[in-house]
Amino acid sequence: MALAGATGTAPAIELRGISKAFGPVQANRNIDLVVPRGTIHGIIGENGAGKSTLMSILYGFYRPDAGEILIGGQPVTISDSQAAIRAGIGMVFQHFKLVPNFTVLENIILGAEDRGLLRHSLSRARGELKRLAEEYGLQVDPDAAVEELSVGHQQRVEILKALYRQADILILDEPTGVLTPAEADHLFRILRGLKDEGKTIILITHKLREIMEITDNVSVMRRGEMVASVRTAGTNPTELAELMVGRKVLLRVEKTPAQPGAPVLEVRGLGMVDADGVERLRGIDLEVRAGEIVGIAGVAGNGQTQLLEILGGFPEPGARLQGEIRLNGTPLPLSGTGADGRARRAAGIGHVPEDRQVEGLIMDFSAWENSAFGYHDAPQFQNGLLMDNAAIRADAADKMQRFDVRPPNPDLAAKNFSGGNQQKIVVAREIERNPDLLLIGQPTRGVDIGAIEFIHKRIVALRDAGKAVLLVSVELDEIMALSDRIAVMFDGRIMGERLPASTTAGELGCLMAGLEPAAAPATSGGTE
Amino acid sequence: MERMPKWADVIVTPLISLALAFAISALVILAIGESPVEALKVMVEGALGSSYGWGFTLYYTTNFVFTGLAVMVAYHAGLFNIGGEGQAAMGGLGVTLVVLALPWPHWALALPAAVVGAALFGALWALIPAWLQAKRGSHVVITTIMFNFIAAALLNYVLVNLLRPVGSMDPASANFPPATHLPKLSDMALAFGIDWGRNTPANIAFFIAIIACLLVWLLIWRTRLGYEIRAFGKSEPAALYAGISPVRITVVAMLISGALAGLMAVNNVMGEAERLVLNAVEGAGFIGIAVALMGRNHPLGVFLAALLFGFLYQGGGELALWTSIPRELIVIIQALVILFTGALDNMVRMPLERLFLTLNRKRG
Ligand SMILES: Nc1ncnc2c1ncn2[C@@H]1O[C@H](COP(=O)(O)OP(=O)(O)OP(=O)(O)O)[C@@H](O)[C@H]1O
Ligand SMILES: [Mg+2]
Repeated sequence: MALAGATGTAPAIELRGISKAFGPVQANRNIDLVVPRGTIHGIIGENGAGKSTLMSILYGFYRPDAGEILIGGQPVTISDSQAAIRAGIGMVFQHFKLVPNFTVLENIILGAEDRGLLRHSLSRARGELKRLAEEYGLQVDPDAAVEELSVGHQQRVEILKALYRQADILILDEPTGVLTPAEADHLFRILRGLKDEGKTIILITHKLREIMEITDNVSVMRRGEMVASVRTAGTNPTELAELMVGRKVLLRVEKTPAQPGAPVLEVRGLGMVDADGVERLRGIDLEVRAGEIVGIAGVAGNGQTQLLEILGGFPEPGARLQGEIRLNGTPLPLSGTGADGRARRAAGIGHVPEDRQVEGLIMDFSAWENSAFGYHDAPQFQNGLLMDNAAIRADAADKMQRFDVRPPNPDLAAKNFSGGNQQKIVVAREIERNPDLLLIGQPTRGVDIGAIEFIHKRIVALRDAGKAVLLVSVELDEIMALSDRIAVMFDGRIMGERLPASTTAGELGCLMAGLEPAAAPATSGGTE
Repeated sequence: MERMPKWADVIVTPLISLALAFAISALVILAIGESPVEALKVMVEGALGSSYGWGFTLYYTTNFVFTGLAVMVAYHAGLFNIGGEGQAAMGGLGVTLVVLALPWPHWALALPAAVVGAALFGALWALIPAWLQAKRGSHVVITTIMFNFIAAALLNYVLVNLLRPVGSMDPASANFPPATHLPKLSDMALAFGIDWGRNTPANIAFFIAIIACLLVWLLIWRTRLGYEIRAFGKSEPAALYAGISPVRITVVAMLISGALAGLMAVNNVMGEAERLVLNAVEGAGFIGIAVALMGRNHPLGVFLAALLFGFLYQGGGELALWTSIPRELIVIIQALVILFTGALDNMVRMPLERLFLTLNRKRG
């Protein structure tokens, strides 16, 4: 099982017998890993397999219970992130660790200032930054405040931070989860450039396409153990998926043709101007019928978020709305207390929000407290004046069982679940209420393929039970696979509607970029 | 976080902090040429060594429980209510108006009315800062501080110009009629034939404080409102998603917080002074902040922390009385306790966490 990469020299990273437990959870068990120098090494595994934990150990966030770390053949103890930096390791977290109101330059030198005057550090950093930018295609404006940068650019700042600290080894934990496809392409170009310079890169991702596209070797984790390390060229997505989950996985969604019924959601002329006076939505017309999944494709930031928030009853404060929303033929108010999240739930709308960590869950609450969030005033959860915590707990345990949330412990705080399992908690909460209309944003962001299959099945099952589903995703594959009808959003407008069977990714891509595909046949037949 | 067991975080951390605070206080006492051992003896003796000392300690404890609970409830909603001082002062006005308004035949009738008056006035004093925060985003930290000053000025005016009995030189209300005097704990003990804490101010309000602890615990962890308060305090975007109104939670949490602070007046105005005087709160509102911090924003913790500060208050008074240690030193000791248990919490917690990590590794 020879890995790709330089032979003869010591591997950049070698882990021997690493173990780490959190209470009863064995997050890493006796892990061996070899990463040859100058390669891009993928790590895949289900949610909760222990990938992030392993990288946190490598970066000094956690100390292993047992095992050895060798960097460039030398045994090292990595007691904190300073030690990791000294060992030449840099890390780009999924949730960036930047100071929003500092400039790019200030963020980059933060914690790595030279002695003496800040001015000297800054001017030295400026020169260095310019060099790095040219060398690796990492252009960012050094004087821009980080909060004004796009997510993709913020990520570049994180990479620059690592390179400025002379990292030889770069770890990226799910870097593309938050990027648009174009930004992801750019990131991969940067990573290839870094590899050509002899840097070693570890890439954690749930997207097998990315693994196949860019890595030299790939290691697979399952339930805390390392089950395989193979050359990427010698494997394929189906095999990897099987290794990850330990069984055959359907990479496609299986569903019968939709049987659309009466319209459940009707949106007419919906417009929104945000507090800064920017027009976010322009004359949105949309219809979702019973027994139908309508997917909204689009590059992130073209109004999908605003649309979901308005439908879910929490438009950003200060926004001005116009237009009409009907649910099962009844108009819904756009503002006032009758338009808040509670009222929307009461009307029969379930909502899996795009950002589970900020909106969908209270990270410090236990799983059982979260499992009632938004439905905490439901009659079956009350016991006179008090909440019936026992009932909520039992209900949560039951849902966690059926949605295979791991670990199935309702008392664990939400923040201690891995990303995919957090998502399952939210999806279970919203789907199990059997809503007439399910709004679902980025259902599988950061979710492993086994769980994706599961979540997709549940969405289709909801549809087959005659419910309406409005799906927003930046993953075109997901939109194509799941939707019965596709609407493309660009710049706050619906550019057009297509049927998945009679469109192509290319045509949708054009619409997503705001281009009317030349002489595209009018294939949309779902409405009217 | 699995870093260290919960019991260690809740019990060991504050104890070590406390030990550090006392150690430094000892150094200060040494530096002014007094004996720390002697001082500690006087404090413990004076506050806990007799039923007389306990009678005072429990009286102060009662004050701090109310103001501590007030800070705690607001904290769970993500709000920092520094206005306990003013809210408690206004609570005093509420109690006074209620007690003097009617010829109450018996304290048992006056007490529920006084409780309502105290809570209502305290709550109303928190309402404006709450409203400004909820509607206009004016920070409650700033507005509640300002309202402390306004309350002091207002009370001054009311006492001097409206409530002062004719002919009196004292800026204070009339004495409360004897029928409204609350039973002291010593009276209650005596009813059982026990001679306990004679001539001490601890009174029936102590039990109201304990009931308040229980009710606040129920409110925060067992009711829907408490659930919503905690959810809002942890994440405003999530609260919005769930349809929890930020305006409603901000206002309601501050009203409850203000009411709790106001309730302190049942203890100090109705139970002890039996009239309203200037500056009756004496800083208890601020001590509530330390009490809530040290009590980890849990009613049981608040109660224990209030007891500690009650001890410091009473023991400190004794210290000034019986030694040549100046009264100011007590303020220093209190400040050190606040500094170590509140502000420097992590200084103790981090090494402790590390210790537990190494211990765990050795065992595993
Ligand atoms: N601080 C913690 N306390 C308790 N349990 C934890 C903690 N951090 C992680 N875990 C548990 O350890 C296991 C591994 O988590 P980890 O975050 O490493 O998974 P992952 O492979 O990165 O998953 P994902 O793909 O969802 O990000 C999970 O079961 C998780 O619940
Ligand atoms: Mg992870």
